[in-house]
Amino acid sequence: MRIDGQHPLPRPVPDLRRSLLAAAVIGAAVTAAVDEIVFHQVLGWHHFYDRATSTVGLLSDGLLHSAELVALVGGFFWFADLRRRGAWHRRAGWGGLLLGAGGFQLFDGVVDHKVLRLHQIRYGVHLLPYDLVWNAAGLLLLLGGALLCWRARSRPAPGRP
Amino acid sequence: MLAGAVAARARPAVGVFAYSGHPAGADLGPLPWVGLLASGYLVAAAGDRQGWSRWRTAAWLTGCAVLAVAVSPLRDSAGDPRVHMAQHLLLGMLAPVALVLGAPVTLLLRVAPPVRRPLARLLHSAPVRLVSHPVTAAALSTGGLALVMLTPVYAAAGRHPLLHDGLHLHYLAAGYLFAWAVAGPDPAPRRPGPALRTAVLVAAAAGHAVLAKYLYAHAGHLPPGAGYDADAVRAAARLMYYGGDVAELLLAAALCADRYRRRGRRLARPLPRAGRPLTRAVPTR
Repeated sequence: MRIDGQHPLPRPVPDLRRSLLAAAVIGAAVTAAVDEIVFHQVLGWHHFYDRATSTVGLLSDGLLHSAELVALVGGFFWFADLRRRGAWHRRAGWGGLLLGAGGFQLFDGVVDHKVLRLHQIRYGVHLLPYDLVWNAAGLLLLLGGALLCWRARSRPAPGRP
Repeated sequence: MLAGAVAARARPAVGVFAYSGHPAGADLGPLPWVGLLASGYLVAAAGDRQGWSRWRTAAWLTGCAVLAVAVSPLRDSAGDPRVHMAQHLLLGMLAPVALVLGAPVTLLLRVAPPVRRPLARLLHSAPVRLVSHPVTAAALSTGGLALVMLTPVYAAAGRHPLLHDGLHLHYLAAGYLFAWAVAGPDPAPRRPGPALRTAVLVAAAAGHAVLAKYLYAHAGHLPPGAGYDADAVRAAARLMYYGGDVAELLLAAALCADRYRRRGRRLARPLPRAGRPLTRAVPTR
């Protein structure tokens, strides 16, 4: 970024709402990517396809998966755009990141695993503790994100008078 | 010249993407055509007086290299669905993205002024506008793939070399069309806005992912009549799913990067307008 003394421009205003949204998009997409990499690939707990899956489930899974990838890329470019315009609000960004991550985790745990029955967290085990930990983690992330966002709103951004 | 020698060694156009069992050595298949694509681009890039972007050249050469891998080492693999799937991914998705990022039409317009007028007329013509609409391009590319996988077309292509070659040319052409329509740097008259293009990209990639999982779920009897081992088809379906992800990520990055650069250019020359806060001046590069 260039801030030279020759063209004095007013200080840019951090954009709380856009920072929160961009970070939430990144948070949800990164959580989805971590889910794909850790639980599908590394641990092999999730199955690529589960016989209990309905056609609607298959369609929605495909749409969600492809939207996640575009959101991952789009979110980072949005973040970069806010940064270069000096509109990035750091606290709102952290809050949004946690909100997005928790929101996705909870959505995956409730809608994907239970309502659409795309796949379960793990096979051949008693599922209840896994489901509880999964969704409680999502809820905690959501609460943390909400707290950070609330604090970002009620306090001025760092570095501003 | 080089082009003449390459063309002389090429087989007639009919055999372009054939993988019939000719003895190794003498038969190069469509490889000379790929060489022609690469050398033609290099000659044009060298002739550009303003200096052509090295990134664009690198993208085009990468595309040609991917094409070469798809048509030569993977060519004699009709028996294995995994290798055949890899060939489809390289030919129909990854090579087109790289070739489109090479911006060959822009290069042609720069080094050959006489083609400008006819090319502009061609790009503005109704058929080209119809075919290059993102929705049409997605239907041709993902829809064509669905047709091949879910109907006996796949088995028929194994018996008829002409149909087989035609299908592979279709993969490449439709993939190129889709990549250009969604995220190509080349001129595209009346191209829809980024929101629609993003939506089409998400929908097409979703269709591809659903198709891959459907193939996985029905590996025992898909593609109809091919008689493949179910485990090999399941492996091919996984490859299709994750290979599609790579292509989607690349296209999304190309689309977003283009938008990011355009916004940057607008920011670089801020016009003070009443009632709107000024933003910082940012150099585009």
